[in-house]
Amino acid sequence: MTTRQLWMATALALMIAGASGSATAADMSVQIRNAQLRATPSYLGKITGSAPYAQRVEVLQTQGDWLEVRSAAATGWLHKSALTTKKIVIKAGASDVGATASGEELALAGKGFNSDIEADFKNKNAEVSFAPIDRMEKITVSPSEARAFLDQGGVKPVAGGAR
Amino acid sequence: MNRSRKLAPLLNTASYVSLGGASDTSPILTALRRSALSYTQWTLALCIVLTAALLQTGCSTVAQIGQAAGVVTPQQAESMVKTGQSVGKAFEKITPEQEYYVGRAVGATLLSTHKVYANDAATRYVNLVGQTLAMASDKPETFGGYHFLIFEDDDVNAFAAPGGLIFLSRGMLRLCKNEDDLAAVLAHEVAHVNLGHAIGAIKGSRWTAAATVVGTEGLKNVGGEQLAQATTAFEGSISDITGTLVNSGYARGQERDADTLAVTILKRVGYNPAALARVLGNMAHDIKPGGAGFAKTHPPPDARIADLNKLNTAGQAGTPPPARQQRFNAAMAGV
Repeated sequence: MTTRQLWMATALALMIAGASGSATAADMSVQIRNAQLRATPSYLGKITGSAPYAQRVEVLQTQGDWLEVRSAAATGWLHKSALTTKKIVIKAGASDVGATASGEELALAGKGFNSDIEADFKNKNAEVSFAPIDRMEKITVSPSEARAFLDQGGVKPVAGGAR
Repeated sequence: MNRSRKLAPLLNTASYVSLGGASDTSPILTALRRSALSYTQWTLALCIVLTAALLQTGCSTVAQIGQAAGVVTPQQAESMVKTGQSVGKAFEKITPEQEYYVGRAVGATLLSTHKVYANDAATRYVNLVGQTLAMASDKPETFGGYHFLIFEDDDVNAFAAPGGLIFLSRGMLRLCKNEDDLAAVLAHEVAHVNLGHAIGAIKGSRWTAAATVVGTEGLKNVGGEQLAQATTAFEGSISDITGTLVNSGYARGQERDADTLAVTILKRVGYNPAALARVLGNMAHDIKPGGAGFAKTHPPPDARIADLNKLNTAGQAGTPPPARQQRFNAAMAGV
C-alpha cells in the first residue's frame, strides 16, 4: 500500500465515521434499573409504561430536561438523567442487571463494579453487612406520594414550579 | 526483512496516543499482535485504529470499512471494534450502574460502624422530604434511586454515598427545628450526589489500576485473577470515599457548590431557601471546632453562612401552615 492510498483510506474512514455519528443520535439507552414513561414532561404525568435497563429508545422530541421517547412497549416522557447515548449490552442469561457484561462492559470491571464484584467484596469483607442497605433500598416514595406530601404541608414554589 | 519489527515503534506510538503511556498491556497493541495480519493489513489496521483513536466515535464504521475492503476479516474487525470501545470507555465517567454498586458498598461500610436508628415513622418522614428534593434536583434519576436512613449517633453528621444513598445522624435531626431545616440538610446531601463529589474522591491511581486490569483483550473470559484485581480496585475506591466522608471531608469549594445547589433545589420545591443558613447557624452554636463528625469534615459553619449570604435566599411565601410543623413534631417526637 502506498502512502497516498494510506491517506485516502484515512480520509474515507474519517468521512464515513463522521457521518455515522449523527445518524444514530436519536437513539438512546435507559441507564437506570427501571424507567417509568410519563404522559407529560413531568413527574406529575400519568405513567404510560416502563422501560428496563439497557433498553434502546427512540427520541421523538426534547422539552427542557425531558425527552419524549418511544420504547418497545410505550411512548412517553423520561427525564434526561435516565438516558445515555451509549449502547448498553446485557449478557445473555444474566440473572440480574448487575450481571450485565459484554466485551466492552467488562472493560469497566476494574473501576466499575457490578454484582459479581460486590459478591467478591462481600466474601472478602464478611464484617460489612449489606442487609441494612437492602432494607434501605426497599423504602420508596412514589412521585404521587411525594406530591400529596407537599400539598399536605403547603409546600409550593413561589414562582415557577417543581420540575 | 522483518516488517513487524520495523513497525514496532509506530505501534508503541499508537498505544501512547490512546492510552496515555500504558505499556505492553495496551489492548490495541495486543489485538494487533494477535491478529497476525500481513504488512498491508497491519498498515491499514494501524491507520484505522489511529483514525478511530482521533475520532473516539465511529470506530465500528471504520472497522466495517476495513472489513468491506477485504483487508481484515470480520473477526479481526470485531476485535478492533471491541478493543477501541474498551479503551474509550475505560476513561469515561463512571456509569450510573457502577455508581450504584460503589454507593451500596460505601453505605454498607459506613453502617458497619454506625448503628441504624430503628424508628420507622421518622425514617419514612425523612424519605418523604428527601424524595421531593431528589425529584426536583438536577439528577432525579439514579440507577437505584434515592433512599434515606437515620443512624444512632448523637454527633451532628450526614453522609451521601454515590448513587443516592443518604445517611444522617440523630444528632443532625435534633439540630433541625422544622421541616424546612430538615429539607435544607437533605438538599445539601442530594446536591453532593448530583455533583458526583463522592465518586470524585476515588483516587486517580484506581483508574490506572482499572486500565491495567482491562489491558488484555481476553476479557471475554474474566478469570479469578482479573476478578480479584477488580475487587482490589473496588475496595480501594470504597476506602477512598469513606475516608473522605468520615475523615478528610470535601474541599471548601465542593461544599460551597453543594450549598449553592441545595438553595436552588429548596427554591424549586418550595422550602425556605434561607433554612440552610439557619441550620448552619444552629451548628455554629452547637458543634465545637475540632470536634467529631460534621465539625471535622466540613468548613466552619460561619464561613458557609457567609458564602450563602451572597446568594439570593429570599423566596419563602408567608409562614408555613401549621400542618407542616405538626407533622414534623410528630415524626421527630422520639428523635
